[in-house]
Amino acid sequence: MLYINCPHCGMRSQNEFSYGGDASVKRPELNKEVSDQEWDNFVYNRKSLRGKHLELWQHISGCRQWIKVERDTATHEIFKTFKADEEVA
Amino acid sequence: MTQAFRIENGGLINRDKKLSFKFNGKTYLGYEGDTLASALLANGVHLVGRSFKYHRPRGFFGAGVDEPYAVVQLFRNGETEPNIKATEQELFEGLEAKSVNCWPSVNFDIGAINNFLKIFLPAGFYYKTFMWPKSFWYRIYEPFIRKAAGLGVASTKHDKERYEHKYEYCDLLIAGSGPSGLAGAYAAAKNGAKVILAEDKPRFGGSLLTSDVNIGNQSGKDWAEGIIAELKTMPNVVVKNRSQIFGYYDHNMLVMSEKVSDHLPSTKKYHPNKRLWYIRAKEVLISSGSIERPIVFGNNDTPGVMLSSAAKEYLKVYGVLVGRKPLVFTNNDSGYETAIEFKKHGVDPVVLDSRKNPESEIIDEAKNLGINIKNSHVVVAAQGYKKVKSADIASISEDKKQLGKIENIQCDSICVSGFWTPTIHLASQSGNKTKFKEEIDAFVPGQSKQNEITLGAANGIFSLDETLKTSFKAGSELSKKITEKDNEISIPNVVEKKSSQHDKFWCVPLPEGKNYKRFLDFQNDVAVSDVEIALREGYRSIEHVKRYTTLGMATDQGKTSNLNGLQLVSEIENKVVPAVGHTTFRPPYTPVSIGAIVGREVGKHSKPTRKSPMHSWHEKNNAVFVDAGVWLRPRYYQRGNENLFEGSKREAKNVRTNVGVCDVTTLGKIDIKGPDAAELLNRVYTNAWLKLPVGKARYGVMLREDGIVMDDGTTTRISENHYHMTTTTAQAANVLSHLEYYLQLVWPELNVNVVSTTEQWAGAAIAGPKSRYLLQKLFPNSDVSNEGLPFMGYMEGDLFGVKARIFRISFSGELAYEVNVESDYGNFMWQKIMEVGEEFNIQPYGTEALSTLRIEMGHVAGSELDGRTIPFDNALEGLVSKKKDFIGKRSLQRSAFTSEDRQRIVGVVPLDKQTSIPEGSHLVKDDKAPLPNPKLGHISASCWSVEYDNPFSLAILKDGKNMIGQKLFAMSPLKNKVIPVEIVSSHYVDPKGERVRS
Ligand SMILES: [Zn+2]
Repeated sequence: MLYINCPHCGMRSQNEFSYGGDASVKRPELNKEVSDQEWDNFVYNRKSLRGKHLELWQHISGCRQWIKVERDTATHEIFKTFKADEEVA
Repeated sequence: MTQAFRIENGGLINRDKKLSFKFNGKTYLGYEGDTLASALLANGVHLVGRSFKYHRPRGFFGAGVDEPYAVVQLFRNGETEPNIKATEQELFEGLEAKSVNCWPSVNFDIGAINNFLKIFLPAGFYYKTFMWPKSFWYRIYEPFIRKAAGLGVASTKHDKERYEHKYEYCDLLIAGSGPSGLAGAYAAAKNGAKVILAEDKPRFGGSLLTSDVNIGNQSGKDWAEGIIAELKTMPNVVVKNRSQIFGYYDHNMLVMSEKVSDHLPSTKKYHPNKRLWYIRAKEVLISSGSIERPIVFGNNDTPGVMLSSAAKEYLKVYGVLVGRKPLVFTNNDSGYETAIEFKKHGVDPVVLDSRKNPESEIIDEAKNLGINIKNSHVVVAAQGYKKVKSADIASISEDKKQLGKIENIQCDSICVSGFWTPTIHLASQSGNKTKFKEEIDAFVPGQSKQNEITLGAANGIFSLDETLKTSFKAGSELSKKITEKDNEISIPNVVEKKSSQHDKFWCVPLPEGKNYKRFLDFQNDVAVSDVEIALREGYRSIEHVKRYTTLGMATDQGKTSNLNGLQLVSEIENKVVPAVGHTTFRPPYTPVSIGAIVGREVGKHSKPTRKSPMHSWHEKNNAVFVDAGVWLRPRYYQRGNENLFEGSKREAKNVRTNVGVCDVTTLGKIDIKGPDAAELLNRVYTNAWLKLPVGKARYGVMLREDGIVMDDGTTTRISENHYHMTTTTAQAANVLSHLEYYLQLVWPELNVNVVSTTEQWAGAAIAGPKSRYLLQKLFPNSDVSNEGLPFMGYMEGDLFGVKARIFRISFSGELAYEVNVESDYGNFMWQKIMEVGEEFNIQPYGTEALSTLRIEMGHVAGSELDGRTIPFDNALEGLVSKKKDFIGKRSLQRSAFTSEDRQRIVGVVPLDKQTSIPEGSHLVKDDKAPLPNPKLGHISASCWSVEYDNPFSLAILKDGKNMIGQKLFAMSPLKNKVIPVEIVSSHYVDPKGERVRS
């Protein structure tokens, strides 16, 4: 079970969180013309990366904040966690 | 029965307490502190089971967790458990056990015929033979294998025992209480670290209990006892025996199974049977020791052949002789320690040492005691069927290829020592890259991935002095980092005998003309010849060889077989062992009861049960409950002997003619506040929300980004910047997360707060033509007329002194209201509604009537919003704004979603107006068409229309828009039904929606 550092609450076990997918995906702006390809990339197309991956988790049984977690998908090592509005360095 | 093999004195058992127990129906005596294995051996019982494949007689091979043979079926306190190692099961008064894998009895086993047919059962036999013909599988092969195989029978009864889970955090977790574990734990504890020390056996001390060493001025055993006693007094230390750490998971999470009650005749009141510990440790010290390796020779599975360390443990810990004429077969000095113990107790062993001229302190001691030692000698084969009677021995050449003249000598046991294999399971599970250590012919932990360190024998260090030094140091340094304290500990002096180099010899060659089975894996009956066949047939990867031969795949996880298997593969393949590599070590290290894994989450406790504040009223009024997610909801309120169909029909009819009340507390409720609340709703819902006036409710549909409907519900504007959203019961949690996602990540600029208020409000839906009269009487000071509270209106009212929210919304298609009060007043509200409603013939209605009412009105719910439908499919396209953007809108342009014959909701009526259509039935054009019959749609919900008194269903049907009036068939192969139906409008009752506005 992963041990995740919630930037709001501190170290908590994985079972307090729910996974939210790739954090690098950006939703196209509202009311903007979007091509089929662009939209498909946003809704469906994901890279299944091996290695460092920036992903979203929600601290669902804690502060309910969505956070960003930089994790290695192969080793499960967590390098850093960020608040939702924090710049990922 | 006398305990003929129990020595007069000695051992760590309690001789003041005799225990009686039964094995295979026969009664024996043992002592408190025995294991089932030691007590049986004390009584001279060596035959405990039959092997898995050939059903060969099986005895005891080890004395602990490594035991491959002595797996029994245990009976305790009216329960039975399979797969219990007799070497681990502590004896208690009244214990009963039986052999497994033999029929009709362990002494006469029909399956043993396999042993004589063994030429037909080589590696891969099952794969090759039972493949063909396919039709034989169910009728012949599987029943045969099922009868022949298996290591016990699982109980089919409900398990009365209780199992607990515990979460724990510590600075240092120490796995194993041998010398390295004790030293590491002691040093860390002295530095103030929070320490957990776990030992799988009942007694602490590991190898110190059986080795002849001195630490300080004490024997190793006394030193261990002193350390444990001191650790137990320290508040920062948890010391646990009977506790096996069986898994090392991510981020230093380890799981330990504590056997709380297995050593007792029955579990004490309020105690669990087992407790599963989830331990998050900052640092882990692995001090799991080592397991002796067998040497492979002919018939080496005969009862009476066992590990030399096990024989020593039976003698030193339990005071039991495994034989009176033992043969010790060794390639290192450990065998001499066992021989010396025998000699000390008046038994004359013969030692066969594969080495030519070994010299060491221990060997000198053995010589001085007058022990008969034969150098350059090996056991070629054990003789005897159910018990060793003699051994064929021979001298062996220096290159270990040539055997001398074979000689038969009498013996009743053969104690084997092929040197030691470090127990690296936990280290390997943690992701440690293990490495092969030439000097000991075994793998040891290498580069750590997580915060773990392996000490002592588990790390291939077999000198006690070095083990203690390195372990004290490791415990001290790791704890210092955490506690920033540094209490010097003086490391005690160690007196131990120096050993000489072991012989890299592990397998005795077959003598000419002999075809002895030489077993590698004792539990799965994998012999040298099986691995040879696998390699001959082209299997190369050790993982493939393992699966093809089943080497190391039994419940003992190859604890005694792994390395010899690797040696064999490397020898045949002409590769070094590290190039062959070892198979993956996976948790659990030892079998774990399913009960322990499940813990207390069984039956009613497997999930929380949520009840509305009105639950007690429902109970008192004969509600029949149904699970709705985690909620318990009244399905109907039973009158007399009514069944569900009759009761729900009565309730639904009463709503259509008078007035009914339904508990809708379970609906998800989200409180939304902030200046941008309207903007959020406008983006989340498909319809327009910016112009909703205060005091008005609106129905809305929300989509996922892929265009699929996520949920529906009404949201009410309570005040300028304050909204009350309702969701379906099932989607409440998802919708809240969904809103939080957009507010926190996508549109953080929106100034809005959302919070779940599901549990803060109790809700009652009042529905039916007489509902307004009732409402007026409930709220005499409010104007609830059609003008004062129009359809989709909202007001606050005073319910006999309780503040209430009144919404004019309808899910039944009737004139209806929903009243909310704070949860604590829920019961009060409900009682008032029932009291005041009496004159209007009010009846409570449950979920079944609720469904009936919504289905015949064509209102969609969870069975239509099933994660596969878009607004159009549910006839909700009128709610999809063309002007504004919203979540998921772009996806609705996808060609599949805009196709001409897109699926759509329709109503379905059976032609005979009698036969109810099972939910899930498929709609097809031709009921006689060959399979697979093209499916046009499916029945999503069915009811008995109370309006028309005939069955009515909703369906999602291809090209539903143009199908009204068509005749199709509803087919349910599950219920074996074919029903001719007609497609009608989904709005079966009041299609213009006049009633809700009346
Ligand atoms: Zn948090």
